This record gives sequence, structure tokens and C-alpha cells, in this order.
Amino acid sequence: MREAAVVSPSNPLQRIPGVAIVLVLLVAVFGAIAPGFLSVANLSNVLVQSTILTMLALPMTLIIMTEGLDLSMGAVLTLTSLCVAIVSLATQSMLLGLGAGLLVGAAFGTVNGWLVAILGIPPFVATLGTLGMAQGLSLIVSDGQSVVGIPHSVRDIYSATLLGIPVPIVMALVTYAAFHGLLYHTRFGTYIFALGGNREALRYAGLSPNRLLIVVYAIGGAMAGIAGLLMTARMNSGHPTAGLGLEFDAIAAVAVGGTSFERGNGWLLGTLLGVISVGVLRNGLNLISLPSSVQVASVGVLVIVALFLDGLRSRA
Amino acid sequence: MTDISKDAIAPPRSFLSQDAIQAFYRLLAALLICAVLAVLSDSFLSLGNILNVLRQASLTFFIASGLTLVVLTAGLDLSVGANVALSACIAGTVIHKTGSPALGILTGLACGGIVGLLNGIMVTALRIPSFIATYGMLWVLNGLTYWYMAGETLHGFPAGFRQIGSGYLFGLPIPVYLLLVFLGIGTLFAQRTIWGQEIYAIGANPVAARLSGIPVARRLLLVYAVSGTMAGLASIIFLSRLNSAEADIGESLTLPAIAAVLIGGTSLFGGVGTVFGTFIGALILTLVLNGMNLLSVSANWQPLVTGIIVILAVWLDMKTRRRAQ
Repeated sequence: MREAAVVSPSNPLQRIPGVAIVLVLLVAVFGAIAPGFLSVANLSNVLVQSTILTMLALPMTLIIMTEGLDLSMGAVLTLTSLCVAIVSLATQSMLLGLGAGLLVGAAFGTVNGWLVAILGIPPFVATLGTLGMAQGLSLIVSDGQSVVGIPHSVRDIYSATLLGIPVPIVMALVTYAAFHGLLYHTRFGTYIFALGGNREALRYAGLSPNRLLIVVYAIGGAMAGIAGLLMTARMNSGHPTAGLGLEFDAIAAVAVGGTSFERGNGWLLGTLLGVISVGVLRNGLNLISLPSSVQVASVGVLVIVALFLDGLRSRA
Repeated sequence: MTDISKDAIAPPRSFLSQDAIQAFYRLLAALLICAVLAVLSDSFLSLGNILNVLRQASLTFFIASGLTLVVLTAGLDLSVGANVALSACIAGTVIHKTGSPALGILTGLACGGIVGLLNGIMVTALRIPSFIATYGMLWVLNGLTYWYMAGETLHGFPAGFRQIGSGYLFGLPIPVYLLLVFLGIGTLFAQRTIWGQEIYAIGANPVAARLSGIPVARRLLLVYAVSGTMAGLASIIFLSRLNSAEADIGESLTLPAIAAVLIGGTSLFGGVGTVFGTFIGALILTLVLNGMNLLSVSANWQPLVTGIIVILAVWLDMKTRRRAQ
């Protein structure tokens, strides 16, 4: 049914083409038809705007590699963004705000992992349930209103630079490096490949697949907490629908990036390129004045095409 | 059910009787909730409120009954809410442009059915897992609807058309009659026709179903198309009851529909469940939300409660099935 051995960490040469071609095509097309797309200011804007999605798509890659899914990520991000806003407003401390966001995010991730691993509920339904819960809690804590008057220390995170590089990009690069190290250079990373590829092998090795699975989902929730800080900083407020549908962009980035939904085979650099592809697509459509509704629909088409190709490849 | 040739592909008899027991438990649960609400709130037992519960439950049931067939095949349709929104907006536009409610109703049903068919094609021909395919469809439909409506609201429909959703016949709301009709059709189709039994067989064991000669792909197409058409029907009821349509009306419909199916005892793993169970599921969910409303709990709590109910329902279902085996 599944590959017998633990899948080796990707085969980049075979995979680079797919997502790289998509990205090059998108850049070429929008470079040709969208005025101002290729300007340095716009391109760096695309990168800065992609940072929040990077924070979600990287852990989403790990979750999908375990043959799972987290539909609650956007709603959890909304909730953590509100927590960051409320706590930092009350305490005037960015760090306490971040701590609250991390805590709530990790708690939701742990619940997701527990529902999937211990209760055995299919991931897409378990996380659909927690999506509703996070959405409801967001409405309850905010009473459906925006939280405004965020302290400068939070707001500045999105606009500040470090050695000339915007801080959100620095955060995204550090996150990428951490995930790369975790997945490809630690034993835990090997276990993640095994969770999707060969769970039995983990049991024979005396490890608990369930506990590992909970940790993977908890990482996803915690990352939604960090992304919540960026979201609050970017919007300069907390809003009860801030993260609506962001999990879909994350899934799109992972799918376009060539991580398989069926074989426990993931590729982090592909996800990163996938994130930039989604960012370029949205930015380009925006520049040629197509409304955000068309952007949403085209990301939907992108996912369906990517999954169709993934299905073709896995059958080939 | 005495026909021997039918028994060959019917689910084992023990399952059917277990279904009856499960349905009985769920009816008891619904009655219990009624009793609690009657004690807690004076207005619960008023005729107006009970009719309101039934009408509300009927809307959830229309969406959930088609979804039940999808879940019976071990699939899922996450696009139903977005489908209702698009179908309602298109049907509303047609009624405004042509002045003909009949044409509008047909367009709404056709729009829902075509979306369902596209879902079916993605699942069968493109072999994309159903929850991802329909999730992608959700966002495609959302995008299309918002683009099409461009922030506008359609409202003001002919009085005759509005009767469908808000009219009464012999003291009962018209949607309640529709509910009874579709409950009957759905139950007959699932339990008493070969196609219905084939759908159970596909959910229970797709490989065995294929090997025993069931045209699996064609039945799956049918199931997704029915689910889409029922969403189209719900959009018509919605349109005629609210007398208006906006792009965002579908956002709060999918989770309750899935909740109704799962509370009703249809298993996510396919092959087990009934349309009648889904009716009771829709009733239980509506009673809970109605009760919260009567006890003046803010509507902000509804997604939280619905989410918890979804998870509880799946967990309970898995527990009882495990014990039964």
C-alpha cells in the first residue's frame, strides 16, 4: 500500500521543474501585462506580504506529509491575532502579546493533534470542527468588533528593518532555516517522513506515532500564533475575520510546491516557492485591477490543477 | 426487503436494525432537548417557535440530505454552502431579469446541479480526494459569487415566489411540506432502489463494489450531482424566505449541514447511515441553536457550539461502531 522504506528526503532535481516553471511563468506573464509588477518596490512588497503565509505553509507541509490536513489554521490565526492585540493592548508589552498568541495557537494545535492521533478522527473533519471553534471564540473575545489602539512595539514589527532587510522577511527566513534543519537534519524530521511513509516502522522502533503526530499539529498551531503577531502588526489591529481562508492559500502553496497528499513525501523549498507563486498570483491580479474575488477563485483553480498533476504523477 | 436478489447487495441486516436503534436514541435525545428547553424557556413551546424550528431545520435538511448520500460513499462535499450562495445569486438575477420565478427556480437547481457534477468529475475522473476537491471548489465558487455580485444585494421578489419560503398551507409552513416530500423521496431512494443500495455498497467497500459490477464512477457522479442540486433547492428556499440574496449567505451553512449528517449517525467512513437520521440530526442541531437563541446566548457562540458538536458526533459514532464490532 505504501512505500516499504522510510522515504528519503525528497528528490529535488525531479521536483524543481514543476513549481519553478509555475513561478517563472507567473512572473513572466505579470511582468508583461501588469504595469509596475517588476519594480523593486513591488517585488519586495510581494515578499513581505508572503511572510505570513510562509509561517503557515511550512508547518502545513509537515502536517500534509503525515497524510493529515489542518483546515483550522486560518481561524486559529485569526484567534491568535486577536489574542496578541488584546493582551498587548492591556499590558503594553509585545512579548506578552506574542506569548499569549503562541500559547493559544499551540493549545489549538495540540487539540487538533489529540483529536487526530488519539481519537482517530479524520483530520479534515477534526480540524473543520476546531475551525468552527476558533471562529466562534474569535467572535466571542472580540464581540465581533475590531481591536484597535495596538502599541507601537507590535506595529513596528511589520515595518522595521534589520540590516536593510524588512523584519518580517528576516523572521520568515529564520523560520525556513529552522524547519529545514528540523526536517532534514534531525531525527525528528526522519520520524515525520516515517509518519506519512511507514508508521509501522516507528512502532517497531519503539516510538509512539501518536505523540509525534500531536507534536506536528502543535507546531502548526504555535506557528499560527507567531503569524498572528505579524497579522496584528500588519493590520495595526485585531479583526475577527483577519485570517479567513488563509489555510487555503497555505494548502495551495504546499500543493503547488509538490508535496504529495498521498505518499508522505514533502519538500520544504518547494513550499517556499509555492508561497511566492501564490503571492505573485494575487499581487499580479491585483495590479491588473482584478478584484480579490477573482484572486480567490484563481487560487482555487491553481490547487485543483496542482492536485490533478500530483495524482497523475503518483499513478505514473 | 424480502426480495432475495436485493439482499445480495443490501447492507447486512444487523446494520439495518442497528440503524433503527440509533435513530430511536437520537429521537430520544431530540425529545430530551425539547423537554429541557420547555422547562428553561416559556416561549419554546409556543406554536410560532415550533413552526420556526421546523422551518429552520428544513433548510439545513435540504442541504444535508444530499450531503448524506455523498458521505455514504465515504466522500465529503465542503462546497455546499458556497454552492447555495452562487445558486441563490444567479437564480435571483434570473428572476429579476425575466420576471419569471419558474425560470429562476430552474436556473438555481441547474446551477447547483452543475457545480455538483463538476465536483463529481474532479473526484472520479481526476481522482482528487473529495474533501480537497470540494474545498477547492468552495473557494472557486466564493470567488465567482463575490465577483458576480460586486457587493450588491438582490432583493424584492414576486409575492408568489416568496410563498415558497414564507407561506403557509393548512397552518404549516410550506418548507415543512417540502421537507416531508424530500425525506420520503430520499429514504425511498436510499433504502428501496438498486441505485441507493449500490451507493451503500460503494461506501462500505469500493473495491468489492467495483468487482461486483457496480458502475462506481457513474454512481459517484450521480451522488455529487444530487448533493449539488439539493444545495440549489436550498438556495431557492433561502431566496424566497429572505426575499434577498448576498454573496456571503453560504458561509454559515456548510458546517451545520455536515453537523446534521454526522449527528444523524451517518459514518464518515461510508456505507452506514440514513436520510431519516440526517433529518433528526438537523432537528437536534436546530433545537440546540434555537434554545441558545431563546436563552439569549449571543449568536457569536453558534460556530463554537456547532464545531464542538461536529467533533462530538464523529467521536460518538466511532465509539459505538467500534463497540458494535
